[in-house]
Amino acid sequence: MSALYPLLIIAVVLGIVLNLAGGLIWVERRLLALWQDRYGPNRVGPFGLGQVVADSVKLFTKEDWIPPFADKPVFVLAPAVVVATSLLAFAVIPFAAGFVIADLSVGILFLLAASSLGVYSVVLAGWSSNNKYALLGGLRATAQMLSYEVFMGLSLMGVVIMAGSFRLGDIVEAQRHMWYVVPQFAGFVMFLIAGVAETRRLPFDLAESESELIAGFHSEYSGMKFGMFFVGEYIGVILISAMLTLCYFGGWLGPVLPGPVWFGLKTMAFICLFILFRAALPRPRFDQLMSWGWKVLLPLALLNLLVTGAAVLLLR
Amino acid sequence: MFSLLRSLWGVFLHAFHKRVTIQYPEEKAVLAPRYRGRIVLSRDPDGGERCVACNLCAVVCPTDCISLQATEDEHGRRFPEWFRINFSRCIFCGFCEEACPTYAIQLTPDFEMGEFYRKNLVYEKEDLMISGPGKYPDYNFWRVAGVAIGGKAKGEAEREAAPTDLHSLLP
Ligand code: SF4
Ligand code: SF4
Repeated sequence: MSALYPLLIIAVVLGIVLNLAGGLIWVERRLLALWQDRYGPNRVGPFGLGQVVADSVKLFTKEDWIPPFADKPVFVLAPAVVVATSLLAFAVIPFAAGFVIADLSVGILFLLAASSLGVYSVVLAGWSSNNKYALLGGLRATAQMLSYEVFMGLSLMGVVIMAGSFRLGDIVEAQRHMWYVVPQFAGFVMFLIAGVAETRRLPFDLAESESELIAGFHSEYSGMKFGMFFVGEYIGVILISAMLTLCYFGGWLGPVLPGPVWFGLKTMAFICLFILFRAALPRPRFDQLMSWGWKVLLPLALLNLLVTGAAVLLLR
Repeated sequence: MFSLLRSLWGVFLHAFHKRVTIQYPEEKAVLAPRYRGRIVLSRDPDGGERCVACNLCAVVCPTDCISLQATEDEHGRRFPEWFRINFSRCIFCGFCEEACPTYAIQLTPDFEMGEFYRKNLVYEKEDLMISGPGKYPDYNFWRVAGVAIGGKAKGEAEREAAPTDLHSLLP
């Protein structure tokens, strides 16, 4: 039984995450429509929920074309990388007390590492497509990820200092009295910005920016390979939302309702926030993005780290 | 930074606005009276065909989707032997309606003409003819035009003076 328990958790987590990633296509379209005074897909099935099925059937049956000029093995591999790495990161996410696949003592570091590996997918896709727009998209993604990765980790360190542990479970338990969003508000804002940049979603979708680069790194992709990028992006959104919930909003802690429900609710709220970003914000210019990252957010993150460290030392 | 937050909040508030979508098949949109949709061929108030098969509409049509064959009846009155509009090419620009000297060809506010087979979009004269005068209830081309046809000589049309006798010097 105890040997089967991890397998059970893996199955549940995979089932939830993959289904949610698929369902998010519908959620996103409905929410965007809501904020744009439209209805969105509401014809297929109740509330248009069948749209998810219809979309996936369409993606699976579309012609899966590999351009003759592409670097074939890399081209095929690239979409798998993003899904695999983001799913890998879910191994350390605790959905409730003790409900985690691998309770690593360096959970946060593992999360950061796994989620940053996702950029390989974009770079490889851009490179192997052998298309200048795709390559530009890939280059932008690399530069963006490099510069936002730096203070993404740094802004999380404030939480780590306060909790005194890298283990996500401990961080959540340390928030029993006060969510870290209150003492670590600056860190939260910076992590949120970095998180959006990390998932390459609007307003930081410069890697695909359809107005300039056709579709950026996935210009040449079609069928389910394109679908994989999509699913990977949604898994990334779920992942970052889960991280925000765990590190700043007390994870599964909450009154009355059971833990996993609280966790799900908070994560869902952040996912909606991500979609709101997409609905409301314009895309910055690339040089603005870079200078904003290096000149504003990185010093701020360092300052936050310094102040947090000093405060913790003083209060001890 | 503030403007970003403000636009986030503004967009969020749209969640409580009324949606502008018209749920089409159940709810119909209100079309403008001069909406350019399905094309019809109209008739005179007294029931005759208005079209005189002058081919102006076919010439002006930017997509070349009108074709017709002119013929005459025993009174010398011209009418199209057949008249065909290929609606799979028509762009509903309304040029044909503007070019028509007799108000015969008219665009109507009806756009629900979807078909599963492209061939069914080719409308013949029987499909185009309507029984009424369309947008111009009183207009009768043959009654105001100065041409002579069987049953109407020169000078007999409405508001038309009798022809001048060129061989007479009298005023
Ligand atoms: S509406 Fe325009 S395209 Fe259509 S038949 Fe008339 S002239 Fe041709
Ligand atoms: S519809 Fe009008 S423009 Fe066309 S042939 Fe007939 S009279 Fe001429």
